[in-house]
Amino acid sequence: MIETNVIQVENLTKKFGDFIAVNAITFEVKRGEIFGFLGANGAGKTTAMKMLIGISSPTSGNAKVADFDVFTNSEDIKKNIGYMSQKFALYDDLTVKENITFFGGIYGLSRKKIEEKRQLLVEELGLQNIVNELVGSLPLGWKQKIAFSVALLHEPKIVFLDEPTGGVDPITRRQFWEMIYKASNNGTTVFVTTHYMDEAEYCDRVSIMVEGKIEALDTPKKLKEKFKVNSMNDVFLKLARNIE
Amino acid sequence: MKRFTGFIKKEFYHIFRDTRSLFILFGMPIAQVMLFGFAITNEINNVDIAFFDKSKDVTTQEIINKISASKYFTNKQIIKNDKEIETVFKKGKVKAVLIFDKDFSEKLTKENKTTVQIITDATDPNTANTINNYLSSILKNYQLVINHQIKHSPQINPETRLIYNPELKSVFTFVPGVMTVILMLVSAMMTSISITREKEMGTMEILLVSPIKPFQVILGKVFPYIFLSVINAVVIVLLSIFIFKMPVEGSLFLLGFESVLFIINALSLGILISTISSTQQTAMMISLMGLMLPVILLSGFIFPISSMPFPLQVISHIIPAKWFIIIIKAIMLKGVGLSFIWKETLIILFMTLIFITISIKKYKIRLE
Repeated sequence: MIETNVIQVENLTKKFGDFIAVNAITFEVKRGEIFGFLGANGAGKTTAMKMLIGISSPTSGNAKVADFDVFTNSEDIKKNIGYMSQKFALYDDLTVKENITFFGGIYGLSRKKIEEKRQLLVEELGLQNIVNELVGSLPLGWKQKIAFSVALLHEPKIVFLDEPTGGVDPITRRQFWEMIYKASNNGTTVFVTTHYMDEAEYCDRVSIMVEGKIEALDTPKKLKEKFKVNSMNDVFLKLARNIE
Repeated sequence: MKRFTGFIKKEFYHIFRDTRSLFILFGMPIAQVMLFGFAITNEINNVDIAFFDKSKDVTTQEIINKISASKYFTNKQIIKNDKEIETVFKKGKVKAVLIFDKDFSEKLTKENKTTVQIITDATDPNTANTINNYLSSILKNYQLVINHQIKHSPQINPETRLIYNPELKSVFTFVPGVMTVILMLVSAMMTSISITREKEMGTMEILLVSPIKPFQVILGKVFPYIFLSVINAVVIVLLSIFIFKMPVEGSLFLLGFESVLFIINALSLGILISTISSTQQTAMMISLMGLMLPVILLSGFIFPISSMPFPLQVISHIIPAKWFIIIIKAIMLKGVGLSFIWKETLIILFMTLIFITISIKKYKIRLE
């Protein structure tokens, strides 16, 4: 794998009036990496991510996503990224099949391509029995797995996951992470926000945001060594206490 | 374009899988037209009336017979004394009492002038007014007949002719009103709800992150409702023609054009509402309170604008429904062409442009 940066962020800042939600953050994400973007609720994770996916414009700083500038080329960025939000990415009143067709369609995939992708997805996830069911009738775990696959439908360079595993059981979470690994092995970069510290252990590198700033950024192993603790949870707690 | 058709298909799934919106879309228009057409009416028929005849002669008997024979009144009772008058009203037995004085006929023959008293129950002012008018005109008619017999003294006889709705059918005024209300409700409320639903469910975010453009999202949302509203308009017009025998004097094409213009106006209002509300609940409340009430009360649908206090008359000008009601009445009843209603048409067009401009501005601000 070539070591290139697919996300390059320099001093990115977002202000809402006097409140600085994101305070001059700088980091880069390498191709194929699983990048964990951690922080407590309200630390500015979601705001930072919204700037990267082009639905919120930065106040100042520089950022490039998939080689496109967030200020000037946000439309090009959109074609190259996938996104799954903490709320649901799928329509409850559409069947699994209709959802796949719809999202494939808005990303401009041909009918043939959508058909191919759908069959692949059905086989991989074992959806044979539920492909014609309304998404609303499926258990949460299924919805999330399908939503993730739909976000990957157009083979994006980077997929952004905003708290993807909120509210699901540990087994489903484990399965979900296996899907993330698989996407990463296929060369897709995964940018994931979470506040589950155990999930942070699964990431290649993590950044920890506290009050709008990135306070730590490294592999989970090095972070644990640096803070002389055994888990990412303790890293996080130590960081948060130091700030106070 | 393919993205767009896929989007529209999805919108139709949403609409047809939600029984609530299906009901609002298709059940309500028919129910409303029927309700306004049959149940709610300004006309009076078979009003119960009582007579207190102290004169008791040929003339009074003739008048009583004339009134009772008309389809508007039913002779319920002959009253014998003054006390009874109050009782019949209090019991709600009759809506009106006609009283002839003892010297009614005597005065008529000797002085050429006499009086008759009409008492009406004004708990319902509109009905009371109508009863008064009907009774007065029957009496006038009778007077003309006897004047003819005696023939003297110059007199002015007004010859009235009612045009455009000679039978004074109230359904003729209700149909344009109901059509306006329904097009407004379906178009504005349903679009604003469907856009805010995407916001609430978080799917709007997904759409904004995708390559589909915001204006394509909005157009995709609006298009199915244009289609469904046109169907609604056609259903209402057909119902009014075939069930209520309402004429369409003017061109159907012009009627269609104006309806589509009004539908687009309502849709742009719906988009505007969706930009200022973040939940379906808010969108619905704003649509109901902010649109339905003015449309029903201030558009001239039920209450004539000319008799409103001045400030309300001014407000009524900024309600698109008011202009649309004028337009459809003119087309359906008067049979006029565009040359008579171009002003109203321009006003609606202008309002639509304003709504769209504000929506675009608001939409951008929201995305910041």
